[in-house]
Amino acid sequence: MTHRLTLYITGRALSSQRAVENLRRIMDQRSAGPYEISIVDVLEHPEEAETHCILATPTLIRESPPPARRIVGDLSDTDKVLVGLGLNSVNSAAMTKASQ
Amino acid sequence: MKPEKSGSNSSQSGSVKKLVTGIPGFDLICEGGLPEGRTTLLSGTAGSAKTVFAAQFLAEGIQKSEQSGVFITFEESPEDIRRNMLGFGWDIAEWEKQKRWAFVDASTRVDVETVVSGEYDLGALLARIEHAIHTIKAKRVAIDSLGAIFNQLPNPSLVRSELFRTASALRRMNVTALMTAERLQEFGEIARYGVEEFVADNVIILRNCLDEERRRRTVEILKFRGTNHQKGEYPFTVSPGAGVIVLPLSAIELKQKSSDVRATSGNIELDKMCGGGFFRDSIILVSGATGTGKTLITTQFVAGAAEAGERCLLFAFEESREQLFRNAHGWGHDFGKMERDGHLKVICEYPEVLGLEDHLIRIKACIEEFQPNRVAIDSLSALERVSTDKWFREFVISITSHIKHKEITGLFTATAASLLGGSSVTESHISTITDSIILLRYIEMLGEIRRGVTVLKMRGSAHEKSIREIIIDHQGMHIGAPFRDVIGILSGSPTHVSSSELDRIGGLFAEDELKK
Repeated sequence: MTHRLTLYITGRALSSQRAVENLRRIMDQRSAGPYEISIVDVLEHPEEAETHCILATPTLIRESPPPARRIVGDLSDTDKVLVGLGLNSVNSAAMTKASQ
Repeated sequence: MKPEKSGSNSSQSGSVKKLVTGIPGFDLICEGGLPEGRTTLLSGTAGSAKTVFAAQFLAEGIQKSEQSGVFITFEESPEDIRRNMLGFGWDIAEWEKQKRWAFVDASTRVDVETVVSGEYDLGALLARIEHAIHTIKAKRVAIDSLGAIFNQLPNPSLVRSELFRTASALRRMNVTALMTAERLQEFGEIARYGVEEFVADNVIILRNCLDEERRRRTVEILKFRGTNHQKGEYPFTVSPGAGVIVLPLSAIELKQKSSDVRATSGNIELDKMCGGGFFRDSIILVSGATGTGKTLITTQFVAGAAEAGERCLLFAFEESREQLFRNAHGWGHDFGKMERDGHLKVICEYPEVLGLEDHLIRIKACIEEFQPNRVAIDSLSALERVSTDKWFREFVISITSHIKHKEITGLFTATAASLLGGSSVTESHISTITDSIILLRYIEMLGEIRRGVTVLKMRGSAHEKSIREIIIDHQGMHIGAPFRDVIGILSGSPTHVSSSELDRIGGLFAEDELKK
């Protein structure tokens, strides 16, 4: 199943730039299937942040597969990101089972 | 830049301009409003009406000053706020359509699981706030409440520094903001989480204390940096349909006009004793033990208004409507007809049904609605039962000042505690505030109880000094001869000092005999 991810950032803030790099790296290395990443700069699109009730930046939202999950921070703690996205081996195995 | 219309006021307070909030009574204790372009911390315990106050700050801006507002909610959802505030008559959904109100929804979302990985800041929130302010050109911002955001995010020191950034951004955008925060005790630290550090310039505290088994809400301005405000706690009430109403009692200025026009008491003899009647914008206190004729004087005062073609508002806290009407009828006055003719409005209530703050607001609202020339309250002592001493005194000051301000003649009755002589607590509270005092007393003489009346005080006019007998019959009250040669009536132990008993009795009733 395609992972659809949205990353909300604030312009050129350092933590935001780090989050973009970390996300790309993690998805390249660990993603089993196809994935889409959209990046929303809340300084340019504050209405998007409003619609999705984003408080902190950077915030990563996993839109699909459900349930929606949020990861707040620059994604430097890879293990937590993997758990959050359900990409770590145990979790993904469990999820595959559940979906069958 | 366009000049401000009514929204700001820079009069006495030097460089710090103030923004008129429009919250009834609050601007008086602020001496003009909240410091404009600054953030003010509004702190209070749970249930101290912080959210209502914050929402009203925006609602009054929209309704009274044409200023739009942004409401940032960390706790309740916008749907809940819209629904809860509808009861105060604030149609937030409609204002949102008109682009005068905008929500920034930062309330906790229970449906989404959140994980933290690495550094973050509240840049998105700030971007949303700025966006909302620019979109509707907001002048006012309410943030409710700070405690909730500390619960949402695990890093308090980060949240603190981010809130500091938010506060300076608000300042840069020249909006006036009200931030609410929880406190755990009514008297203690200003707020939890040390949030006062970054909005310490202006602090307001709302309290909801138990005072002799009654809840009493107060608001206190702790500080406004660089500008004046009234000090101490002021009572307020949250009433349906209106929201927060602050009662700036001691902040009331003594600047009533006074007039020489006389109003009849409804009793010719009493008018004579008062040197020609009551002054039109004066407050008259009628004090006496139960059964001395206070309600009768009130009834005559009401009838006097009707006969002069005036309107009178009567608040009765001791007797039912039926009793009042029957009594009046027994003295030859038809209250029913007066009401039908629009000369009278009678409001009967048990004092216990409302708190004193709410009574005050109700009385003011009734005065506003009926626009009377006269107001009678029978009796003030009944209201004293539902209040503490301090608050009752403030209540009397407030109602007196309101009535005088409107150039209305006010007649209050007070029940003396002891049957013979003595004074009532009510008197000690208000005798200096009232312009005239009429004293009714039982007088025990030669095994008989008689009633006496005297005008104790009549500000700005000569009045009769003697104590005269009153006789009550089916036509009402008749004022007879003075009690001559008797001393000690006021102290409750009259003794006569006559040369001979016969002379004394003869003298005492000479005038009565003439009348018959």
